[in-house]
Amino acid sequence: MLTKRIIPCLDIRDGRTVKGVNFENIRDAGDPVELGALYAQQGADELVFLDITATIEKRKTLRELVNRIAHHINIPFTVGGGISSVDDVSLLLQNGADKISVNTSAFKRPELVKELAREFGSQCVVLAIDTKQEEDGEWYVYLNGGRIPTGRKTEEWAKEAVGLGAGEILLTSMNHDGTKKGFAIDITKKLSISLPVPIIASGGGGTMEHFAEIFGAGHADAALAASIFHFKEIAIPELKGYLQGKNIPVRV
Amino acid sequence: MDLLFKVFLKCLLKGLYFNGITSMRVVIIKYNAGNIQSVLYALERIGIQAIVTDDHELICSADKVIFPGVGEASTAMRYLEERNLDTLIRDLKQPVLGICLGMQLMCRSSEENDTECLGIFGTEVKKFAPSAVQVAGGLKVPQIGWNTIYDLRTDLFKGINDQSYCYFVHGYYAALGEHTIATTDYVHPYSSGLHKANFYGVQFHPEKSAAVGERILTNFCQGIDG
Repeated sequence: MLTKRIIPCLDIRDGRTVKGVNFENIRDAGDPVELGALYAQQGADELVFLDITATIEKRKTLRELVNRIAHHINIPFTVGGGISSVDDVSLLLQNGADKISVNTSAFKRPELVKELAREFGSQCVVLAIDTKQEEDGEWYVYLNGGRIPTGRKTEEWAKEAVGLGAGEILLTSMNHDGTKKGFAIDITKKLSISLPVPIIASGGGGTMEHFAEIFGAGHADAALAASIFHFKEIAIPELKGYLQGKNIPVRV
Repeated sequence: MDLLFKVFLKCLLKGLYFNGITSMRVVIIKYNAGNIQSVLYALERIGIQAIVTDDHELICSADKVIFPGVGEASTAMRYLEERNLDTLIRDLKQPVLGICLGMQLMCRSSEENDTECLGIFGTEVKKFAPSAVQVAGGLKVPQIGWNTIYDLRTDLFKGINDQSYCYFVHGYYAALGEHTIATTDYVHPYSSGLHKANFYGVQFHPEKSAAVGERILTNFCQGIDG
């Protein structure tokens, strides 16, 4: 049986793992390759590396980092952050990335999703969406790490991107991110039951119950979290044991 | 490829062989599919030096050949045909391991853009077509993630327990048949491993399947006789 995936996320800045709360207040959490290898050993199903470095040297440092990760890690990993062309992706895949995630650049130029899917296949194109529920109760797309509102409804953009060839959706709720009060169940469920591609829920996972909820009521195919793993609040083997006890299929 | 580089590669291979640094020459076939580098790195992690090449002579003289890949069947087949790699692969005598798209291309045909494939395995490759009930139950296409393999046969799976987890990413599958050496359930049971004579194929990605995958790659490179 296909299992639900647990995905630790490593936010990278200048080669170190960092973690913010509600997209702000960045703290240091260690060497990303060491951390990634540790998670793989503990039974993480995949890893996501998001590069938030904003320097001119970025392309080179990211390429070197991806190469180092690929040499040390025996599970699939996704790389994201500032990717905006076929050439960017080609370079990362050549260095051993399995998938790439695109966010702002894809929203600004949706053709990018199509180009990437045609060139590398949908299986390697993850569309990341930062979403926020506003006072009208609707979920909207935000850009640039959650700083810029677009006014576009999340469901519409997700559907369009899947039509263009996105193979998975990494959905981060800004209302929930960093709060540890649970994932965004309603929007995750909406996307998961209406779209033919896997949905990775992100933002808000704080307890093992939250993971059971997002896989159960939220219909998520995978759940992503960062600080609870980095700061050892939840260990992956325990989390998987707990989910197994709840009859949620996981790889143990 | 640049001639000098070719000569260098050949010298390197022969050098390694004759110096006895490694007794096994493993070649990964280079073509227009993704994920090839990952296989090279996975082999490095388990201490096996391989080279990635499309040079006919290097491929033919290798002890083991790996034919990996992620991508689209008709584009990949066209690329192989244009470079006569189709005939070359079909005629290989040493153990060959197809991975994911590589395995599917070793079958007779694929529904993916109605492609005639290499025909090594008589199997047809079809698209997963879950029923409305299965879709409502959460079965998505492509299958992405960890699933189990069972009913394991041949030394490729030596030391691997039934129901071990492997990592899959695919929207098309090879049906069960006489060549099946591993089975996985998604939508219905299908072949996650195939074998005929010196040809082996796996639908999952051993290079991304943690310790289980590493054991399978080790088995292929070191445990299967040519």
